[in-house]
Amino acid sequence: MQRLLKITIVESDPARAALIEESLLRVGQYELNIVDDMTRLNSAIKEINPDIVLIDLDNPSRDALEELTLATAPLERPVALFVDQGDANLTKLAIEAGVSAYVVDGLRADRLKPILDAAVTRFNMFRQMRTELAATKRALEERKVIDRAKGILMKAKGIDEEAAYALLRRAAMDQGRKVGDVAEALVSTAGLLS
Amino acid sequence: MTATIPVGFVPLIDAGPLIVAVEMGFDRAEGITLDLRRANSWSALRDMVSFGQVTAAQMLSPMPVATALGLGGAGAALAAVAVLSTNGEVVCVSAAMAKRLREAGHDFGFDDAHAAGRALIAAADGPLRIAVPFPFSMHAELLYHWLTALGLPAPSGIDIRTVPPPLMAAALAAGEIDACCVGEPWGSMAVERAVGALLLPGSAIWPGMPEKVLGVRADLADSDPEPLRALIRALWHAGQWLNDPRSRVTACEMLSGRDYLDVPTEVIDRALSGHLTISARGDSRVVPKFVDFGHFAPQQAHAAWIGGRLAARLGLDRGTSQAVARATYRTDLHENALQSIPGYTPEPASFERSFDGQNFTPLPPE
Repeated sequence: MQRLLKITIVESDPARAALIEESLLRVGQYELNIVDDMTRLNSAIKEINPDIVLIDLDNPSRDALEELTLATAPLERPVALFVDQGDANLTKLAIEAGVSAYVVDGLRADRLKPILDAAVTRFNMFRQMRTELAATKRALEERKVIDRAKGILMKAKGIDEEAAYALLRRAAMDQGRKVGDVAEALVSTAGLLS
Repeated sequence: MTATIPVGFVPLIDAGPLIVAVEMGFDRAEGITLDLRRANSWSALRDMVSFGQVTAAQMLSPMPVATALGLGGAGAALAAVAVLSTNGEVVCVSAAMAKRLREAGHDFGFDDAHAAGRALIAAADGPLRIAVPFPFSMHAELLYHWLTALGLPAPSGIDIRTVPPPLMAAALAAGEIDACCVGEPWGSMAVERAVGALLLPGSAIWPGMPEKVLGVRADLADSDPEPLRALIRALWHAGQWLNDPRSRVTACEMLSGRDYLDVPTEVIDRALSGHLTISARGDSRVVPKFVDFGHFAPQQAHAAWIGGRLAARLGLDRGTSQAVARATYRTDLHENALQSIPGYTPEPASFERSFDGQNFTPLPPE
């Protein structure tokens, strides 16, 4: 029986960490650790001595991890960004998904592949969620501004809501701008005049 | 049809040439469109170049050399095709260390690497703990050079560690480090937050040292396609424009944008003008040529120096490492690209001396 692979997940958001953990446990049995305190990242990793470290590509603390590739060089378990000679494509997919994996030297690719696959799938979902969240937030903000602009027009010109929106839309079309942009300009100008 | 070139950058003052190339349209003037992608770490940028997410990226000058020596990463070989900036680093000490230095009579003159270094060594309580943004950086090289030249034994007397710049202020405040060496605006931001004081600019340790380069995959550099040449020309124009003092107000405005550095223009102006505020009390110092965007040609002598220093520290063969390092700095390609600019004359390679008088000794050509 092979010993369980030790995987460390570097993630300060507990909800995300839990989701990654869950995806990994679905594909196999691993000894999982989560490091959430970036200030003691390297000491935690030295203590845990994992086979694999998973970290978000966008995490600024990746550069601190890079030091491990140096620090462990004279030791028997060097850590490197995973690139299997036969499967550079897997690394490429991982980077596109926004996950970086540091792997100790000599770990067999067949033991690693399911882990990376699961992580890539999970990180792709994170990315999608982030994009959706940002789009929703933008849409909500825009709607709020348009509502305020409509209110200003209704009060100033004594017109109803529909007429106010029509006015905004016509102005946007005439100026070749988005309704949201015209509304924002109106709201900020009105703020100056009030 | 114009080629769109994705290029990675880290939000720092010395991403200036990339930002200016887009904002001033130097890219479109050369028939290309730059698509700038912001990254949070140097390792992410290196991997994005290696695996083709971006064509080129701002890199710390030792990064192509380190990759060629097999240090860090595992991706493709990299080449430096232009120097984006020289100097621009600051050594920033914690508030506690600043107090000790002041009490010991240091004047924070900000121009004397001997005085500042000796004071720092004398005030050290155990090994000096200094943070740098990346293990393979000019910051690390300058610190080792500066402090060992003044007699501090390495590695026993210096504990240089990697801390991402956004976390440096917290590390200074928590007393985890005595100092950091970092690019602007991070030093000024630490001063703004009253957690540190600036002790010395990198230019006082060794003026003219390349800080950031434009890195691409070596195989792309070998094929030397026209869009890459156009990119090099656009960045050359951007660097010339940035070096003109009349551009400063506009440049500060551009860099401070939300898509770029997202810090107040006033803080950016400090680095670009060289009028730095060094303490939370508002003391200021003037540093001519604090950061420079006009030494655009990659010099193989610099690469060899970096390679030699890394080899010495990590126990690699020095001669081999220097030869490997030289090959990563593509002066030839650079000249090919710039020749077509009307009135362009290649800048003569000039090497300034280190603070301790050490001369830059380029190796004889192979």
